[in-house]
Amino acid sequence: MSTLVAHEVPGGAAWSVLLRSGRELVLTARQNAVNCSVLLFAAGDVDRLNVPDTLKAQMSACVRAPMVLMSDRGAALACVTGSSLDWHDALCGHSLDRHLERFGRSDYAEHRNEWRRSARAGLLSELRKHGRGEADLHACVNFFSKVAVADDDRGSLHFVAGHAAADDWVSLRAEQDLLVVLSTAPHPMDPDCAPGPVSAQIRPADPVAPDDPSMLFRAESARAIEAARAVFA
Amino acid sequence: MTAVVETAVELRDADAALDRVVQAGDGFAGVIPAGGEFRIVDLCGNQAADTLFYDALDLGNRYSATDTIREQGAVYLTTGSQLLSHRGDLLVTISADTGGRHDTVGGACSQESNVIRYGSHTRHQHACRETFLRYGAPFGIGARELGHNVNFFMNVPLTPAGALTFADGLSGPGKYVQVRAERDVLVLISNCPQLNNPCNGWNPTPIRLLGWWQA
Repeated sequence: MSTLVAHEVPGGAAWSVLLRSGRELVLTARQNAVNCSVLLFAAGDVDRLNVPDTLKAQMSACVRAPMVLMSDRGAALACVTGSSLDWHDALCGHSLDRHLERFGRSDYAEHRNEWRRSARAGLLSELRKHGRGEADLHACVNFFSKVAVADDDRGSLHFVAGHAAADDWVSLRAEQDLLVVLSTAPHPMDPDCAPGPVSAQIRPADPVAPDDPSMLFRAESARAIEAARAVFA
Repeated sequence: MTAVVETAVELRDADAALDRVVQAGDGFAGVIPAGGEFRIVDLCGNQAADTLFYDALDLGNRYSATDTIREQGAVYLTTGSQLLSHRGDLLVTISADTGGRHDTVGGACSQESNVIRYGSHTRHQHACRETFLRYGAPFGIGARELGHNVNFFMNVPLTPAGALTFADGLSGPGKYVQVRAERDVLVLISNCPQLNNPCNGWNPTPIRLLGWWQA
């Protein structure tokens, strides 16, 4: 299908877009080991992605196709319509400035646009442009990253290096009008600081058919999609 | 200046500055002064206590499940777990735990998520999110300020294959979890009214809150 918008987000940068209902955002890794921390909001509303509700309603410890990304108010924000990867982290949150300290000092004066910035700094920068701020930060999905959970007493976490490779992709179909805010800063548990670019492509999505994989995935997934249709009545 | 209660000192119910029973489906909001010890007792067993923490002097600095999970490198909470804000600041430390394991992945029930999980007949049942908003409102905590909460006494195992399950709680009558406030902390609790899954053993019951500090 025809591409409506194509944008290359450099590594370590942040970006936001208003994504209309019925359109699909495709994120593609442009090099190995990229990360993309994504926040989702209902456009013009306080409703936003609720990772705990998303995971528990679909009995999953990670985000993968064809899961539905659900809001605080039980409505589908987006469906993961496809992905070359079977695991996207949603447990570990985005990076903070303190995660960059171990890589040494970096600022604009010295490194110009190669300076290291955390996902928190980038996400806040984009949120403020939309009249939002710190209170709107919530659990994100770290697309292209995997943090494995051990079967031990603590549920220990282990960052899986090299999970994503160049050309890995994920597609999200908006089930209502959305504000998408994202950062390409490295995952906070990544021992390396090598931010890589992600391309964002927006295209019309196919209409949701009765045999849509997200509709068939679980009864909970279908109910969330139906709830999104009832957001405006 | 608030005096610090040493954990080595025996904490007796009679000495508690706070002693409150929260009925099933009700809530609580209050400040734990820095150094104070705050205990949630599962009076009848198998009850979920949905809990949020805020920096009492700056409510924008609130509990973050993801920061807590990541920085402790583990999913489950128990004695020694440090509960962090989304700025990475330490809010409370779990100082005692006779329950064994607590969840910070599963979040709270809401009327809307009940519909998603159990069907439209649950739309008007009472749920934790409503309790959070009711008790948070006098402090200025609204929908934007509600983060993802701790579920004390709940057991939500994750598997290496990436599944999430709900298992029987490890709690029982009289078991408790206790946190030490590492700064002045506002605690917001919904004593979960959930009737549709076994997190409350299908029968929500009261909890008791005990706090030790010098007023």
